[in-house]
Order: sequence, then structure tokens, then C-alpha cells
Amino acid sequence: MGNLLENMQGIPLNHYLIFCSIIFVIGVIGVLIRRNVIIIMMSIELMLNSVNLLLAAFSAYRGDPSGQVFVFFIMALAAAEVAVGLAIIIMVYRNTKSVDIESLTKLRW
Amino acid sequence: MKELIWMLPLIPLLGFLIIGLLRNSMPKPLVSIVGCGTILISFLLSCGVFKEVYDARAAGGDGIIYTEIFNWFTVGTFSFNISFLVDPLSAIMLLIITGVGFLIHLYSVGYMTNDEGFGKYFSYLNLFIFFMLLLVLGSNYLVMFIGWEGVGLCSYLLIGFWFKNSNYAKAAKKAFVMNRIGDLGFLIAMFFILNNFGSLEFGTVFEQAAGLPMGDSTLLIITLLLFIAATGKSAQIPLFTWLPDAMAGPTPVSALIHAATMVTAGIYMIARSNIMFTLSPVTMEIIAIIGVATALVAAFIAITQNDIKKVLAYSTVSQLGYMFLGLGVGAFTGAFFHVLTHAFFKALLFLGAGSVIHAMSDEQDMRSMGGLKKYLPITYATMLIGTIAIAGIPPLAGFFSKDEILAHAFMANPIFWGLGFLGALCTAFYMFRLLYLTFFGKFRGTENQRHHLHESPWQMTIPLIVLAVLSVLGGALNIPEALHGGHWLADFLSPVFAQTNQIAEPFHLSHSTEYLLMGASAVGAIIMAIVAYTKYVKKSEIPQTDGATDQGTLYKLSYHKLYIDQVYDGIFVRPLNALSKFLHRFVERSGIDSLVNGIGDLFVSSGKGIRLLQSGHVGFYIFMMVIGVVAFMLYGLITI
Repeated sequence: MGNLLENMQGIPLNHYLIFCSIIFVIGVIGVLIRRNVIIIMMSIELMLNSVNLLLAAFSAYRGDPSGQVFVFFIMALAAAEVAVGLAIIIMVYRNTKSVDIESLTKLRW
Repeated sequence: MKELIWMLPLIPLLGFLIIGLLRNSMPKPLVSIVGCGTILISFLLSCGVFKEVYDARAAGGDGIIYTEIFNWFTVGTFSFNISFLVDPLSAIMLLIITGVGFLIHLYSVGYMTNDEGFGKYFSYLNLFIFFMLLLVLGSNYLVMFIGWEGVGLCSYLLIGFWFKNSNYAKAAKKAFVMNRIGDLGFLIAMFFILNNFGSLEFGTVFEQAAGLPMGDSTLLIITLLLFIAATGKSAQIPLFTWLPDAMAGPTPVSALIHAATMVTAGIYMIARSNIMFTLSPVTMEIIAIIGVATALVAAFIAITQNDIKKVLAYSTVSQLGYMFLGLGVGAFTGAFFHVLTHAFFKALLFLGAGSVIHAMSDEQDMRSMGGLKKYLPITYATMLIGTIAIAGIPPLAGFFSKDEILAHAFMANPIFWGLGFLGALCTAFYMFRLLYLTFFGKFRGTENQRHHLHESPWQMTIPLIVLAVLSVLGGALNIPEALHGGHWLADFLSPVFAQTNQIAEPFHLSHSTEYLLMGASAVGAIIMAIVAYTKYVKKSEIPQTDGATDQGTLYKLSYHKLYIDQVYDGIFVRPLNALSKFLHRFVERSGIDSLVNGIGDLFVSSGKGIRLLQSGHVGFYIFMMVIGVVAFMLYGLITI
């Protein structure tokens, strides 16, 4: 464990910050520009996991385990969220025969 | 009896509630029994209370009974009680209200038999008696004001009793509005009294007022405001035009409310507040001038009216003018004496007129009457007594009361006497004109009306007879010293006017002057009766029809009521209507309305624009959300 900590701390924190930001932005852009609902779900997962990574990095650098506890919570929540999200996608597909987000514009003025 | 004073007004109120709530399910005889019975019980109670006061006076006491019913409310240091004050003044008023009130209730049973609003009528009448008793019994200005407003309401309801006729409804509205002007004066006067004396209780107020110097400016303001209130309620110039129109109501109502009781409330109130008025000579002067002017103007108008009730209405205004003249010259007892006798003979005359109208199948125009003497003997006999009484021919009641006022007026200023005397001559003339046109000569109505002519039922004739007896004997209550009388009424009332009597100049006229004045008015009245006789019986003249052009200026002025209604219409009604229209059109519609509606429209139209953002494209929503988040982040970065 101590070895792992040393290894992680061997890389400066800035690298983690920049890396996580990049992954997060990729996720955001994915959500914004893709029209396939499944890919949007995946992009959301990407954003969540970039945050998880950042939490783990901070936890390691500050020697505070609560950051890692949060990560577990987020993973559990993300699993639940994906389950619900996929169920919705299946229902959308059954009704519209497509997973294109543009087909869901009925709810408007 | 003292313990039962609270029941006095309560019983008519109960009658009102019972009849008012059950009027559709109660048979007419039951309504009459409840309606008259409650007033009869009140009358018996009043008699008991009066006897108590009388005994106390006879034993040398002041006969004042104060009863506190309950504490109504307390604001800061001011505490207001519902409390009743019975003293010689209110004891006599109680007798008038319940006594004459009972007779008129009884009369109404006969008069209103065929009316569909029988129950409603009696409930209103009972409510009126309740408020009138409250007005008279109140031991402070607040309770008096409740009664004051209440009788105004009942007057409105009863004038507009046949509200399906829009003219009658208008007359009711006019009476109400005119009264409101006066009521405002009362209200402001109460504020002044409360501010200056810290209480509305008569006892406290008068005690403090008596300590003020003669001509005190606060007293001047208070008394002037109270007088304005009295001009509204008691139909004096300039607020008298509602009373003739009030004749739209059923005739017994005219007798009870617009002749015997309610219209004398102003005189009662001023007599009650006598010390404040005595201490403000300017107000007294104004009251006397207004009083004599009203007496003269109304008598002048009454001469040419053809509607039997209109003549009596103007006569009432005129007689009220005499009462105010009496108050103005400091003859409080005389004025109140006239209230008393006037209640008898004017109620009698109105009820007699009602009997005539009833017999004539609702015809009120005297030009279509005539020769009714042989068809309505009892009505004729009693009306004759009433006419002699009001004309001031001795020894009937009107002579004594009117001459007491005129004698005091002579002492104050012979001009007042001269004008009052002139008014008295007019009174004698128009009353005998009414009598001759109605009962003498040939019948001028239609064949159908002649066929239906009948003497009224006993419910209507008994009140006439009782009132006629009272009109004959009423004068005996206060026979002046000059005629070896005891001045019983003045003596009886003296505790009420005790403070005034200490200040005011005592009445002093040599007996020979008094005889001269009395002789002048008695002879004058008889001469006028003879003039009327030659004009309307000997020459059997009938007043011209409305469109006749060969009328003198004076006749026209009198016939058109001095054009006062038209003048008021031009000065007040039309400008007010124009102002209302202007305010309605420009301030209300295009000002306030457009502001309020504009705010609503703003939200509606902006909502219409903004809702277009809700396009249903999820990508767009997320994009906006990201922009928002980025904006917050940038904001956070800048402010760090």
C-alpha cells in the first residue's frame, strides 16, 4: 500500500488535474455533439469517472481516505443510474424504433 | 321597572327578528299580533318607566335613571358602554315613540291588509322602533349615533317599500344620501367631542362643557356640526328636500317616521345637548334663522301643492322649522313641547290622509276628491280636529306649543316673531285648504271611485280617535303662566335643562304682551280659515291643472317648490355626475384599469416569447446548461 502511495505521489498532482479535466471535457463534448443516446450515456460515465479519478488522486495526496469512500459511493450510484438510463433507452427504442435523441422532441411548447 | 329598561328596545328587535325570519310562513293575523304586541309591551314598559320618573320628580328628585348594560369596547383610555339614560326628556320621548308607534302599527294592520309585503312591512316597522328607542335611550353619543343611523336605514327601507316603482326607489335613495350628509356632521362632531372632553357620555361631556366660557370656539364647531346633523335628519334648509319625496312610502310610515318620531330626532339631540348650544350664541342665531326660514319656505310651498301627502310633508318641514326656531331662541321646553303636540296632530293628519287615500282607491290628488265628509264621517271629524290643532286655534294642542315658541321668538327678536307669524298664517291657510278640498264641495273623482268609497275599518279609526283626543288635550301639558297654567312640562323637564337655566336669561314678557301675541295668532288663524272657506267652499275653486299658463309668479314659484330641486340638480347632482363620468372614463378606465391590465399583459406576452425556448431538443438544453455552468465558473474565477 505504502509502495502504491509513493508511486502515485511520484507523479505531480498537476498531471492528474490536467488529465481529469481532459477526460471530463471529452465527456462534455460527447454529450453535446453526439445524437446516439447510448453514446451520450457513455459520455456521462466518462465525466463521472474523471471526477472519481480526481477524488482518488486528492485522497492519495492528502492521505485522507474519505475521498476514496466517496468514489465508491459514486460508482454505486453510477451503476444504478446506468440501470435506469438503459431501461429508459430500451423503452424509447421500443416506441420510436431509434435511439436518436432528436426523435424525442414531443415534450415542448 | 328600572331593571327592565334594557327590555324596552329589545322587544321590538325580537319582533323584527321573528317577523323578518318567518315572514313567509306566518299567517297575516299572527304577523299583526306579533308586530303590534311587541310595541304594546314596549309601550306598557315605557309607561312604567315614565311613572318611575314622574314619581321621582314629584318627590323632588331629578328623575334620572342611568343603566349600564355592558361595556362594549375599550380603546386606550377611552371606554365605551352600551348604557341607557332615562330622564324626563327621554321618558316623554319613549311614550311618544311607543305610544304613537303602537297606534300606527294598529292602523297599518288595516291599511296594509292587501299588500303582499305585509310581513316585511311589519318587520321594518319594528326594527325602526328598536333603533328609535336606542337613539332616545342612549346615554352617550355613540349609542345615540347607532340609533341615528338605524332609523335612517329604516326610513330608506320604508320609503322604498314599493321599490318596483323606480320613482319610489329614487326617493328612498335621495333620502338616504341627504341623511348621510348630516350623519357625516354627527360623526365629525363626535370626534371633536371625544378629542376635547375625552368621553362621549352625556354626563361627562356636559359637565365639562358647562365649565367653558360663553362663545368657546370648540363648542362653536361641535354645535355647528351637530346642527348640520340635525338639518339632515330633521329636514331643515338646506337638506329638507328629501322629506317631501319620502312620501313615496306607505302612509302610516309617513305618519310614524316622517312626521312623529324620526324627524324630531334632530330636535331631541339638540335639546339633549342644550348646554353646549346655549354656550355658543352664534350657533343659536344660525339655528333660529334656519328654523324660521324653513318654516316660512315650506309653508309657502305647501299652499299650492295638490297631492294631499305633499301638503302634509311640507307642513311637517314647516313645523320642524318652528321647533328649530324655538331651539334657536333658547326655548328648549317650547321646542320639545311642539315635538310632543306635533307628534299627535301630525300623526293624526297623516293617518287621516291615509284613510282618505285608502277610501279613494289610492288616489292622492286633492283635485279628484271633494265631498268626502258624508262618506268618511270619522275621518272627517278627526281630520278637522287635527287641522284646528295645527292651525293654532285655541284651545287645541298646537296653539299652546306654537305660541310658546313664538313668544320666546318675540322676546329674542320681534323679526323672528313676525316671520313665524307669517308662516303660521300660511299654515292655517293651507291646512284649511286641504280640509275643504278633500271633504267639502262635490265629489270630483270617477264613478268607480265613488262606488268604492267607504269608512275605514276599526283598526284604522281607533288610532285616529285616540290621536284626536290627544291633539285636543295635549296642550294642557304646558299651559303658560299668563293663562293661569302650571307650566307642568317645563317644570318636569327642568333637570334636563338645569345647566342651561342657570346661564340663560329667564323668560320675561309682560302678560299683556303675551295676550296680544296669542290673540294675534289665534285671530290670524281664524281669518285664514275663513279666507280658505270663501275661496274653496263658497266659490268652490279647484286648483288649476299643471299646464295652466295664467298663473302668477308667486303661484308658480310655490307650485314648483321654489325650483330648489332643480337648483340642487344643477349645482350638485349634474356636476357630480359629470365628474363621476370623467373619473370613470379617464381615471378608472384608461388610468387604473390600463395599468393593472398592462402588468398582466406584460407577463403574458413575455411568457409567450420565452416559452419558445422550450423546444424539446435535449441537446439544446444540455448546451444551455453547460454554458450556464461555464458562466458560473468564470464568474467564480473573476471574483476570486
